[in-house]
Amino acid sequence: MAMTITRADRAVVPDGWLTRLFDWKPFLVAVCLFPAIGLLVVFLTYPLGLGFWLAFTDTKIGRAGQFVGLANFVSIGQDPIFWLSVGNTLFYTALATVLKFGLGLWLALLLNEHVPFKSLIRAIVLVPWIVPTVLSAMAFWWIYDPQFSIISYFLKDVLHVRTTNVDFLGSPWSARLSLIAANVWRGIPFVAISLLAGLQTISVSLYEAAMLDGASAWQRFRHVTVPMLMPVLSVVLTFSVLFTFTDFQLVYAITRGGPVNSTHLMATLAFQRGIPGGQLGEGAAIAVAMIPFLVAATLGSYFGLARRKWQQGGRDD
Amino acid sequence: MTRFTRRQTLGLGIGAAALASPFGQAARAAVPTADATPPKIDIESGASLRVLRPAKFVPGDETAFNANTKAFTEATGVQVKVDYQAWEDLRPQTAVTANTGAGPDVVIGWTDDPHLYTDKLIELTDIAEYLGKKYGGWYPLAERLGKHFGTNNWIAIPLGGTGGAAVYRAGWVKEAGFDAFPKNTDDFLKMCQGLQKIGHPVGFTLGHAVGDANSFCHWLVWAFGGHMIDEAQKVTINSKQTIEALKYGKALYETFVPGTQSWLDPSNNKAMLAGEIAATQNGVSLYNSFKNAKDPNIAALAADVDNARMPVGPVGFGTETALVVNSMIFKHTAYPNAARAYLLYLMEVEQYDKWLTASLGYWAHPLKAYAKSDVWTIDPKVTVYRDTMQDSLWLAYKGPVSEKSAAVVADYVMVDMVAAACTGASTPEDAAAEAERRAKRYYQG
Repeated sequence: MAMTITRADRAVVPDGWLTRLFDWKPFLVAVCLFPAIGLLVVFLTYPLGLGFWLAFTDTKIGRAGQFVGLANFVSIGQDPIFWLSVGNTLFYTALATVLKFGLGLWLALLLNEHVPFKSLIRAIVLVPWIVPTVLSAMAFWWIYDPQFSIISYFLKDVLHVRTTNVDFLGSPWSARLSLIAANVWRGIPFVAISLLAGLQTISVSLYEAAMLDGASAWQRFRHVTVPMLMPVLSVVLTFSVLFTFTDFQLVYAITRGGPVNSTHLMATLAFQRGIPGGQLGEGAAIAVAMIPFLVAATLGSYFGLARRKWQQGGRDD
Repeated sequence: MTRFTRRQTLGLGIGAAALASPFGQAARAAVPTADATPPKIDIESGASLRVLRPAKFVPGDETAFNANTKAFTEATGVQVKVDYQAWEDLRPQTAVTANTGAGPDVVIGWTDDPHLYTDKLIELTDIAEYLGKKYGGWYPLAERLGKHFGTNNWIAIPLGGTGGAAVYRAGWVKEAGFDAFPKNTDDFLKMCQGLQKIGHPVGFTLGHAVGDANSFCHWLVWAFGGHMIDEAQKVTINSKQTIEALKYGKALYETFVPGTQSWLDPSNNKAMLAGEIAATQNGVSLYNSFKNAKDPNIAALAADVDNARMPVGPVGFGTETALVVNSMIFKHTAYPNAARAYLLYLMEVEQYDKWLTASLGYWAHPLKAYAKSDVWTIDPKVTVYRDTMQDSLWLAYKGPVSEKSAAVVADYVMVDMVAAACTGASTPEDAAAEAERRAKRYYQG
């Protein structure tokens, strides 16, 4: 005779303690979150906390330091090179971000149209992003070489519009602008591809409706594309600002902060003082001093763009 | 238990000699040695070592170093793994090792690195004294960098130093009216001006180049009697002598090829190899690059390229500096004796001379007897680098090497001062005052 186990029968079988434990929701949540929390603690919280702690000590490489309160911050606050690096970082971030967004958006709009070899062009656009930063930096180091720059060669020997080589990195302003150009080249793909993804989420019917209403191309861009793209824009802008503000490899590989510190960013100065210079406390203080700027940029982006009421269907006040 | 006794120490050398090439044997025969008793080192049972050193700059360096290491393993049974680290990454790696108390047992680091970690290193006085006795004594620069400041305790064994001599195109120098490379700064300026007039400017690095910029800028300031600090670590850079040096540097800069303000370490090599400049300051590697170039046109130029000591300034003595590789053993090693035996083995003539010779003069010896090595006479153009460790000054001159001096160098205080004054971004007076301010931040901190 076949036996069937009814729900009532199952109910009387006592569950093991392990089963009961895993049926307990708080425990299950804790177990599932543990790996993620563990990784965050090990790779984010601990290094960040250590950096904070070091910033308040006089730690040197190879020896433990003593708590010195705000001494490192007072010291860097009186250091004109630190303030030069702050100015450089803000200028670098602002100009590079504006250029990356302008060119990235333009590229995204182009790639969103029906153009031949679209996939190939998209792949090409991604190249600067997938090339390791140091390799990009080395390429630009050659491009900006005072003696052997391909640009100088082109201008001097091919077009004959110059008689001397371009000294890209030899003076403060040209060096700053040259580094920004390298950063823009490298950063455009991230902006362009992200915005392209955003553009492709916009319903075609919105454009059709706008066209039926007689909207011009500019009006369609202004009143359909931009608002619909704004959530993606805000996220991409936030990330772009963070990446640019903390840029290190491009600058360090191309100029190491020279000439005469005129291209030092806060990140490169923190490294120079902290690691080769051995002043871990001071290096950490410079790194920690970046945090207010980064928080401000993130909050500014978030409150300025992501939380705008019209994105939720309302109107801005 | 494996024992590496005094007798075996001597035996190791003999064993290695048998492995050497006929050329190596001939070279070793020239190196005079005195009777000295090596320290007794009992290698720990089952010992193995990890060694960290800078990546090769000339191919023979790595080949000979690895061969010597292999010979050590064969002679002692101690397995040694050598990691080669990019030059710029070596100091951070050393720092991590020092901070964590883990990692390589032996680090062949840069000039002042052992002085940053004095309390974490094994004392090497017995080895150093034996080597000094056997090989004619240590050069002053080696003693300065090997001993804990103010004591006779050796904390590092300087392996070798690369010099910063002048590399120049002899034909163009002659065309500019000089039969030989000038020996004093007045003639040097005239030569650079002459070279510029005939369309062959010189180029000395003023960018944030770790090696070459520090070599040139320190040479310049020291040549006129300036220095960052005195013996008591008082900051002395803002002096009449420094300002004289900067005025001279400004006049010299007018003869430079454009772009030197942004030059990193490889830049002057490229410019020289391409015939863009007539003279620069470099290690012997630049001359060797000409000699060994695959491009026959560049190789043909080697005959015209020569090396010379940088001119002597009003101070009256040579003021070049040297980049020294300085080996140290960290206390965290489980096999301190094996590590000591390894360093001792590398410095013995049977091994060291092979390495010195294979490096083609790029590394110069810290022990006086090696001045007789054949590497210094095989090619007379290399001979100028022979006395690198005898004649060079250390980057903290005149004060002690310390973490403060290392920080000042790493922050390019001297380089920025010279660059600012040379390019006219600051007056010499302002540049010296700014350097003083920056140096004081470290020395008063």
